[in-house]
Amino acid sequence: MKISSHPHIITSTHQIWDILQTIPDPEVPAISIVELGVVRNVEIKDADSVKVQITPTYSGCPALKTMEEDVKEKLREHGFINIEIETIYKPAWTTDWLSESTKQKLKDYGIAPPQKLTIEHLIPIGKKNTEPLACPFCESKNTALTSQFGSTACKALYFCNNCHQPFEHFKCH
Amino acid sequence: MTEQDALFEYCLRLGDNSLVLGHRLSEWCGHGPILEEDIALANMSLDLIGQARGFLGYAAKLKGAGSDDDLAFKRDARQFRNCMLVEQPNGDFAMTMVRSFFYSALAYLHFKSLAKTKDATISGLAEKSLKEVTYHLRHCSDWIIRLGDGTDESHERTQNALEELWNYTNELFETDEADQTLVSQNLAVDLKTLRKEWDDIINKVLEDATLKRPDDSRFMSKGGIKGIHTEHLGFLLAEMQFLPRAYPDTKW
Repeated sequence: MKISSHPHIITSTHQIWDILQTIPDPEVPAISIVELGVVRNVEIKDADSVKVQITPTYSGCPALKTMEEDVKEKLREHGFINIEIETIYKPAWTTDWLSESTKQKLKDYGIAPPQKLTIEHLIPIGKKNTEPLACPFCESKNTALTSQFGSTACKALYFCNNCHQPFEHFKCH
Repeated sequence: MTEQDALFEYCLRLGDNSLVLGHRLSEWCGHGPILEEDIALANMSLDLIGQARGFLGYAAKLKGAGSDDDLAFKRDARQFRNCMLVEQPNGDFAMTMVRSFFYSALAYLHFKSLAKTKDATISGLAEKSLKEVTYHLRHCSDWIIRLGDGTDESHERTQNALEELWNYTNELFETDEADQTLVSQNLAVDLKTLRKEWDDIINKVLEDATLKRPDDSRFMSKGGIKGIHTEHLGFLLAEMQFLPRAYPDTKW
C-alpha cells in the first residue's frame, strides 16, 4: 500500500470522524463503524500522529481486530504515520447508541434493528415481557425467536410466521 | 498483600474462569446437537474468551509484564485460578448445560455488583460482560427446564449432571485475603454475599424443571483460587497451550 505524503493537511477531529465514517462494519457493511458506536474518541497529536479510541461491541467480537486494521489503513491513506488505537471498556457499548437513521439502514439491509433497551431485555430467567419483533421484510409482528445466538455475536435468529422468512435481529444490548 | 497484588489475583480468577469455560465450550464446535445449538455454544465460548482477554490483559498490565496471551499460554495448571467447576469435561449435553447454568448464575450476580465498583477497567469489563452472561444464563436455564421437564431420559441425565457437579458449587463462593483487601476498598465484590441470590436462581429454575436440588451434606471441593485443580485441567491446558509452547512466538 502506498503511504502518501499529506494529500491535504488534516487539522480538525471532525475531518477524522468523517474519514472513519466511510469505514463499513466488516460484518454488517450496511453501517459504518462510527454509526455502530465503536469509535469513541479521536485525538490529533501532531501532523503525523493520531489516537483513536475504540470499544468492543461484544467482548469476543472477532471483527474488532479487522476494524483496528481498517482504521489504520484508512488514516495512513490520509497521511498519518503514527496511528495509536486504544481499546477502552467504559462506558460499555450499547445498542442505544445506534441512531434512528442507523437502525433504518439495518432494516433496509434485512436485519431487524434493536429496540430501545429496557430492563425487560436484561431479565436472565423466566418470561420476558418485551414487545414482539417486527419482521424487517413484511412488518408482521407474528414472529418467533429461533435462537438467541446467530451468525455474529450481535445478532439473534428469528422466523417470520407471516412471510415465512427467517431473519436476523440485531440484539438489544 | 498489596492492593495491586490482590487486584492481579482477582483478575486472574475472573479471566481464568472465562478462559477455561470458554475453551470447554469451544470443544463443542461442530458437535452441537443441532445447528442452532452449535452456533449458540460457539457464541458463548467466544464471549467468554473475549472476557478472558479483557481480564487477563488487565492482569498483565497490572504486573507490567507480558500480555493476555502470556498468561493464558505460559502458566501451568497450579498457576491457574479458576474454580474447578469450569474445567469439568463436557460430558453429555445435560452436563454442559448444568455446568454453564451454575457458572453463569454466579457470573451474572458477580458482574452486576462488580459493575458498581471503583476500578474503571474492571467495572467497565464487568458492565460489558454482564449483558453477555445474561444471555448465557437465559439460554442455559431455558435448556435446564426443557431437559428436566422433557423425556424420562433427558430428566434423568440432567438430574445426574446436577448430582455430578454439585460438589463444585460451594467453591464458587470461596474467598481469601485478596478478596478482603479489595472488598474494603470497593474494588471487588464479596462473593459470599451473592450466595442467597444464587440459590434463589438455582431453586427457581430447578423447580420449573421438575428437578431435585442435590443434597448439600456431601463432600465439597475447594481450592481453585489457590491453584488446586482436578486432573482435567492439565489435559485441557495440554491441548489449549500446545501450539504456542511448541512454536514460541509464532505468528499466523
